[in-house]
Amino acid sequence: MSKLFQETVLVQYLFRNPSILIFLGTLAGVCLAVTILGEGFGLGLISTSFIKTLGKTLCLCIIAIAMDLVWGFCGILSLGHFAFFALGGYMIGMWMMFARTKIIVIEAAKNNVLPPTPAEISEAVGTQIFGVVGGAEIPMVWAFADSLWAQIAFIVLVPGLLAYLFGWLAFRSRVNGVYLSILTQAMTLALSLYLLQNDSGFRGNNGLSGLQNVPGLDDVPQSILSITFFLVSGLALATTYLMAAAVVGSKLGNIIRGIRDNEARVRFLGYNVESYKLFIFVLTAMVAAVAGALYYPQAGIINPTELAPIASIYLAVWVAIGGRGRIYGAVIGAAFVSLLSSYFTSGQAPDIPLGFATIIWTDWWLILLGFSFVVVTIYAPQGLGGFIEKLARQEKG
Amino acid sequence: MAPLLQVDNISVSFDGFKAINKLSFEIGETELRAIIGPNGAGKTTFMDIVTGLTRPDSGDVRWLGTNISLLKQSESQIAQLGIGRKFQKPTTFEAQTVYENLLMSLANNRNPFAVLAYRRSPRDEDRIDGIARQINLAESLDQFAGELSHGQKQWLEIGMLLAQDPKLLLVDEPAAGMTASERDVTVALLKELAQIRSVVVVEHDMEFIRELDCRVTVLHEGAVIAEGSMDFVTANQQVIDVYLGR
Ligand SMILES: Nc1ncnc2c1ncn2[C@@H]1O[C@H](COP(=O)(O)OP(=O)(O)OP(=O)(O)O)[C@@H](O)[C@H]1O
Ligand SMILES: [Mg+2]
Repeated sequence: MSKLFQETVLVQYLFRNPSILIFLGTLAGVCLAVTILGEGFGLGLISTSFIKTLGKTLCLCIIAIAMDLVWGFCGILSLGHFAFFALGGYMIGMWMMFARTKIIVIEAAKNNVLPPTPAEISEAVGTQIFGVVGGAEIPMVWAFADSLWAQIAFIVLVPGLLAYLFGWLAFRSRVNGVYLSILTQAMTLALSLYLLQNDSGFRGNNGLSGLQNVPGLDDVPQSILSITFFLVSGLALATTYLMAAAVVGSKLGNIIRGIRDNEARVRFLGYNVESYKLFIFVLTAMVAAVAGALYYPQAGIINPTELAPIASIYLAVWVAIGGRGRIYGAVIGAAFVSLLSSYFTSGQAPDIPLGFATIIWTDWWLILLGFSFVVVTIYAPQGLGGFIEKLARQEKG
Repeated sequence: MAPLLQVDNISVSFDGFKAINKLSFEIGETELRAIIGPNGAGKTTFMDIVTGLTRPDSGDVRWLGTNISLLKQSESQIAQLGIGRKFQKPTTFEAQTVYENLLMSLANNRNPFAVLAYRRSPRDEDRIDGIARQINLAESLDQFAGELSHGQKQWLEIGMLLAQDPKLLLVDEPAAGMTASERDVTVALLKELAQIRSVVVVEHDMEFIRELDCRVTVLHEGAVIAEGSMDFVTANQQVIDVYLGR
């Protein structure tokens, strides 16, 4: 009875917010179509590697929603959210690598006369994982790597704590605007340099690899794993979208838009602006981390270059092109630009000979992207989303 | 009339220029007070100090309701104590509706989690409707604040202050840019507000001040040069020299 009631409330909610309904419908349609057409469960018309690309794109849409919440709605131009994304990837990657190596070690020792002691297992795992950085000891930070649940908790806790500390210091000192953006870039760079060190315990520039293999699921083919990750990413995107819509539609949504437009005025209404910024910053950092934790198992590898400051700048570009301040805009921007980007940079796009020069897309794509960003900023500050809304209004009136 | 706000010998200078110079005065409970004075006299700076935007170099500002110094409080804490402010330039949230502007201002729990979980209650709806009627915007609740006329924006801002339910209202140049009829409505509104709370009005429009019919404080170079009824201060030779006579 109460379930029925909840369902009707959700249904009512969706009908009151048609844009959410349209979004969820479209997403469900895409997921269904890919499942039917793809390898794994369906007809096999879409290759597993492309399904991985699509699944990763869904994760990028999730972090774009986070970026839209923090920048488009709350006015904080964070250029550090990819740091949280990568941290989420590292947290799940540690479990995947550790658990899988352990299985392999135990498997290899099966024919030994004496079963290996825990200390021997631990040493063998340590050598396997950290040999590349010249160590055999399992670093402290890997203390819980054997436990999937602990690492899942860390996916949100570690980036959440980092975001909390950073935000607390920055917002309390009223660091704003471009200074805050620079500070977030510095944080990203510092974290990436830290991870790059061999003795920080994250395998330096090797990063974590083999993440496409899920521990204990070695018998499951990649085609099935990929479509499963794709569908889970789709579900996560839908959940994130609903969560973001609920936040934006609440009274807190009014307050953060107020902070974006006139921070001082919100203060004089009696709101502690810093705690609102902190709330949104930490929340979006956690969302970004979850997106990263779903992304890297599909990418197969994560290393400190993923935290390059430029990645977070691209994120801002996607959201600007999609149209900030509207959640679906962020999704459109991220999906559109990142898919185009993988098309152009993978060498699939035909080169264009101009006689005096040849446009090689792998080189020219960034120039095209930069140019589009400038054009959007000047001529369509509302982005693709604003363009769609304009069309919809013309249709009506 | 028990005093509510006590400004005690405050001074503040900007780059060596004394904007406020040993300023002292008191505002009583439910008092309506006008502050006048030439450009640069320090009227807005006084409001900045009371609301926590500017820290004075010396002196104290005491909130006598709970007998604490405002100088140690943040802007949001001062607002929560019950001091509301209307800026010289109307500042509403233009990208949001009149309803949303009022909703944000309502005196409710301001903790982020409480705000996130907030559900509209009939009590709050009634309150918003009441305020909207009081500020003549009952028909415009769903309009974006940015679409309102200049005068309507001023009223909305006063409505936002009402929703905060402050004990002391600081109103900076409310009549600026208003039509004559809008001005009359504003006078009536401010008088009504002062029935149950203290209101301090800064204004250059002498006709407007006269209609407010209240005690007047004249500032000049950051200090009080005269205080009393409108007739009393306008007869003061120094006031005529520095302000009225020009
Ligand atoms: N933040 C600041 N930095 C430097 N100088 C300032 C600052 N705020 C105010 N002043 C100066 O202090 C003096 C008093 O300014 P204030 O705005 O308080 O005057 P006012 O009485 O409100 O004038 P008006 O009638 O023009 O609004 C002016 O000379 C102004 O230039
Ligand atoms: Mg002024």
